[in-house]
Amino acid sequence: MVSGNGSVVRKALLDALSLPAFILFFTMMGFGSLARGAGFGADMAVVASLLIWGLPGQLAMVELTSTGQGIAAIVFACSLANARFLPMVVSFVPMLARGQASLPRRLLDAQLLSINSWAVCMREFPHIEPAFRHRYYVTFASSILFAAAMGTLIGYHGAILLPAVMVLGLIFVSPLFFALVLSAVKGRAERFSMIFGCATVIVANSLFPAFDLLITGVVGGSLGFATGKFWKPRNAG
Amino acid sequence: MPAESLWLIVLGCAAATFVWRALGVVVVRRIDPQGGFFQWVTCVSYAMVAGLIFRMIIMPESDLAAVSLTIRIAAVVIAFAAYYLFKRRLVAGVVAGGLSLSAMAAWIG
Repeated sequence: MVSGNGSVVRKALLDALSLPAFILFFTMMGFGSLARGAGFGADMAVVASLLIWGLPGQLAMVELTSTGQGIAAIVFACSLANARFLPMVVSFVPMLARGQASLPRRLLDAQLLSINSWAVCMREFPHIEPAFRHRYYVTFASSILFAAAMGTLIGYHGAILLPAVMVLGLIFVSPLFFALVLSAVKGRAERFSMIFGCATVIVANSLFPAFDLLITGVVGGSLGFATGKFWKPRNAG
Repeated sequence: MPAESLWLIVLGCAAATFVWRALGVVVVRRIDPQGGFFQWVTCVSYAMVAGLIFRMIIMPESDLAAVSLTIRIAAVVIAFAAYYLFKRRLVAGVVAGGLSLSAMAAWIG
């Protein structure tokens, strides 16, 4: 169990700098260069990374802007691509053990959340004393947010040019990281939900590509929830 | 597109994403963190996130689509092997997976 302000901040910085900060840096470099191609300014690209803070939505924004869609359609598509934040915030906030924090503080916590922090905190929180979880989260999340903003800016200006095969490896690192992080998640219902989620997304993507993740969440999550609740292993008494 | 419209898009997208986050904060105040509904929402999150990752690996929309599915799956297997071999160190898995993908893409195509 990790506790104490100093050690929890140290752990958060180490956990962020050991991988996620670099992954986000390189991923957001990709976003920065796409944003430039779509006609956004460098300041706009950085503000997008800081305030939208959800890559699928940012990519939807850039793609639709470069194909000349209307503003309302772009905003709607971005919102849809980031709708996962609703269940993510709901499942995350109670883990923070914030007690009686005010509404603005809770909203700020929610604004800082990203898929990285969510996955890493879900993995690390069981090893961190509840009273220190919020400090861990804020330190971790703001470190990777900073790395993301830097990556966006550097990618925008095309300051680092890498060979194409290296870029492929770097793009691949992001899903790989999440897959490894989530492989450590405990709990039968959670594990079944992830397996059903993988199966559902293939079908949902071929039938309703615009809503595939929402369908995946509801169908895969419900199946996982039901399996965890009603299906008990024979030898579990 | 003029700069004003582009700013409107960026800020509009930020606001539209924030709506989901804020909704989450509002919903979570009204539910019991020990209850069934909370557990269900947690399962929905896991399914969504796993589905998103699976889609990024199996059906990528990025440049990764140019790399064959066999290579992508082989790189995932190598990543997990390295991860367990090096006492579940994330760095080991990620570096092994990323490098092996780059190497296979360079040599095999």
